[in-house]
Amino acid sequence: MRVWPGALAMALLPVLALIAGQFLPAYPLRILDMILLYAILGLGLNIIVGYAGLLDLGYVAFYAIGAYSWALLASGQFDIHLPFALVLLIGASLAGLAGILLGIPVLRLRGDYLAIVTLGFGEIIRVLMNNLDGVTNGPQGIARIDEAHLFGWTLSTPHDFLYLLVAMLVVVFLFVWRIQESALGTALSAVREDQDAARGCGIDTTRVKLVAFAFSAFVGGGCGVVFAAMQRFVSPESFTFWESLIIVLVIVIGGLGNPFGALLGATLLILIPELLRAYADYRLLLYGMALVIIILARPRGIISRPFGPTWLMRRLGGGKC
Amino acid sequence: MGALILQQTINALTVGSIYALIALGYTMVYGVLRLINFAHSELFTAGAFIGLALAGALGIAGHPTGGLLVGLITFVLVGLVGVSVEIVAYRPLRGTSRLAPMLSALGMAVVIQNAVMLIGGRRPMIYPSFLPSGAIDVFGAVVSYKQITIFLVAVVLMVGLELFVNRTNLGVRIRAVAENAETASLVGINPNMAISLIFFIGPGLGAVAGILYSSFYGVATFTMGFVIGMKAFTAAILGGIGSIPGAVLGGFLLGAIETFGTAWMPVLTGGVIGTEYRDIFAFSVLVLILLFRPAGLLGEHVSEETRVYKSDF
Repeated sequence: MRVWPGALAMALLPVLALIAGQFLPAYPLRILDMILLYAILGLGLNIIVGYAGLLDLGYVAFYAIGAYSWALLASGQFDIHLPFALVLLIGASLAGLAGILLGIPVLRLRGDYLAIVTLGFGEIIRVLMNNLDGVTNGPQGIARIDEAHLFGWTLSTPHDFLYLLVAMLVVVFLFVWRIQESALGTALSAVREDQDAARGCGIDTTRVKLVAFAFSAFVGGGCGVVFAAMQRFVSPESFTFWESLIIVLVIVIGGLGNPFGALLGATLLILIPELLRAYADYRLLLYGMALVIIILARPRGIISRPFGPTWLMRRLGGGKC
Repeated sequence: MGALILQQTINALTVGSIYALIALGYTMVYGVLRLINFAHSELFTAGAFIGLALAGALGIAGHPTGGLLVGLITFVLVGLVGVSVEIVAYRPLRGTSRLAPMLSALGMAVVIQNAVMLIGGRRPMIYPSFLPSGAIDVFGAVVSYKQITIFLVAVVLMVGLELFVNRTNLGVRIRAVAENAETASLVGINPNMAISLIFFIGPGLGAVAGILYSSFYGVATFTMGFVIGMKAFTAAILGGIGSIPGAVLGGFLLGAIETFGTAWMPVLTGGVIGTEYRDIFAFSVLVLILLFRPAGLLGEHVSEETRVYKSDF
């Protein structure tokens, strides 16, 4: 099987995004940035929801941990000014750690109970941020966050963030795809399809779930750091339950367990409300209807699970499917 | 001190009745379809607004006897909305994955909330009380007639539901479908009929809760359903989702945890944890209970070996 055709086809997307970035004015560029950010979040959440089959309704908590890491470690709040690359690592690691700490007691639960406990965790994190006035500045949030500098390169315009987000997207995409193809990915899909049988095959189900949870949280935390650097303002408002649901919608509408699905889902979910902007008051009503219609038309997502990057590589590379 | 505890118990029972009424809708739907009906909380809001509109149209705002009529008509109207939501948005997705109907429910929640906003307006509406006014003094605690009425209405509805589910022919059908839809259809029960019935009763009860809630607080906003709905859902999980007595127990328990927690935590912790953590009590208790009793307090514990559904989503 030849590798190049598939790899080139996949490289086309980030290249297109970069080229488009050269010509787009600031406002559409910002939308493109948001699409990329949600695509990365979707890829991260896909590890836990799509591959391990565990519904996490509190993903925004990890995103918030990342965002507040940058807001607290690079602003006048405590007068700490750490470099962006370091905080990116710290924020993502803190989120990953939170994922492990939450996962240890919680992963014994199955299905909806897990969903509801993660929802509770998301709300607890948000209420804490709202009320720990001394640390997070409460509902007012933290403003005047530092400009991000990455190895001497200043990240301030949407255009700068486009480069960063495209790079992140490529890294996370490859990471998630390789997880899917690894022994861990196989173990995760065994857990998803039948947990008892997976245990019978000698898979330590709690451990693989925990690893998936940690990876997923790690990606969420990283996105949070970038989000805070992009907005240069954080407040608990940005991390409501609704946000968690949007990320779940991104992957379910795009295609559960399929990295391409996350990209498509993020594009649709960010673009539709923008396109409906002209309808003012009717915007959310139409948005809700669009969601229902898409789900009714494609209950398994627009690009379903088998048609992922591996399929594309094989298809274009002349190998067997 | 005694009067204070009594007062808080009464407040807890009032809030608990409302949570319990809403929780019933979540638990019944879940028991049969294993679906979290996110649209339920918005039907609660819709109930409050429809009640308001009816009161205006019939010219009986703020009258208890009129309230009964308004409650009945709202129950039926919102029940019918519930049935149509199920037919349009959930039925076509039955048998696909479990995530799809849940997110479709979410879409419906957005649609209903915004429909209420477009018709009822963005601003909070002053709500006429359908409940009798006045209060009595019980051992130093002030018990308003409103609170008594809310509690009584909730109890009557819950007892009625319990009798309906356990003592009538239709109730037997509902329970059979909840147990196993396929087997039920083998003995000649139409699962769609039972499911429609559930989507009539659940939202109907939620709508009545909406009228009670808005009458009690004197205000209705189009976004009020979200938080209440989330708490009612917590209550349903707390009691053991799928179980009708569980939803009632969970509702009252959550009301008590919130009321007493909010009142006593600042005292116990010397003001470190204040009333602003009200919403955290509910969730922390939920997380703790689930860790020790994963199926909720009255939920049936399904062992992993006998479970039919192996993959969750």
